[in-house]
Amino acid sequence: MNPGFWAMGGYAVYVWPAYALGLAVLAWNWLVPEAHRRALLRRLDEDHEETRGIGT
Amino acid sequence: MWLWFHRLASPPSFYRFAGILAPWLLAIGLTAIAAGFYGGLVLAPADYQQGDAFRIIYVHVPAAWLSLLGYSAMAVAAFVALVWRIKLAEAVVVASAPAGASFTALALATGMLWGKPMWGAYWVWDARLTSELVLLFLYLGVVALNSAFSDPRAGARACALLALVGAVNVPIVHYSVVWWNSLHQGATVFKPGGPSISPGMLWPLLTAAFGFTMFYAAVVLRRMQNELLIRERNSLWVRELVPVVAA
Repeated sequence: MNPGFWAMGGYAVYVWPAYALGLAVLAWNWLVPEAHRRALLRRLDEDHEETRGIGT
Repeated sequence: MWLWFHRLASPPSFYRFAGILAPWLLAIGLTAIAAGFYGGLVLAPADYQQGDAFRIIYVHVPAAWLSLLGYSAMAVAAFVALVWRIKLAEAVVVASAPAGASFTALALATGMLWGKPMWGAYWVWDARLTSELVLLFLYLGVVALNSAFSDPRAGARACALLALVGAVNVPIVHYSVVWWNSLHQGATVFKPGGPSISPGMLWPLLTAAFGFTMFYAAVVLRRMQNELLIRERNSLWVRELVPVVAA
């Protein structure tokens, strides 16, 4: 890639952090609910197992 | 048609529907964002006044657009939740707030990064910036209020009320650059007489904004699925679903 591209006409220190923040927000928005969902399903499975154990 | 909507409004049907739709929206959203960023960073010409600093627009504007769209959708859902007490509408309110808050924070942060080289300051107490900051506080208020309640339905109704009251800030954010003297530039895309931005700069912007919107929809659907699992944890459909999905 052309080195001028990374320099962004002298504004690299503003442009690249903006894109890095954008990608970080996108990643956070998808990964956090996914991790929460997995943890939730595990917890619900354990709770339901316990309830079934009490019932038998 | 109404029967289809009625079926979709039931939590188990919606959970399955969201599970199918969310990955597609995610894939479409990420593809459009990648295309928009490539177009914005590589293909679009530099601005004649702002140089390459203007390329921050491809993150800043989609995030700012989502901050307003997300709050508007949340306020409509809040109205539906308060009037008709529909569980899915309550889930939309609770699921939208964290995502909306993150995109509002992104709009503010990227605006600061753009403001420094253009205005000489990261922050000014300008009408647009201040009203956007108030929007962030409203989103955070909804998130905090929801976590303060142990009963999810009571929490969702309180959040809906706050979201509805806060909706008054949405037109203030949008029209702040018209109503007051502002350092922030006015509308460049949706304005009478058409966009005042070159087509070579416009298409990556619209593509990125479309991608962000699809991505946001996918995230809200995923968060709504989580909300439904919590609220319906003792119902039969969750008891049948959990061992299959958790395995």
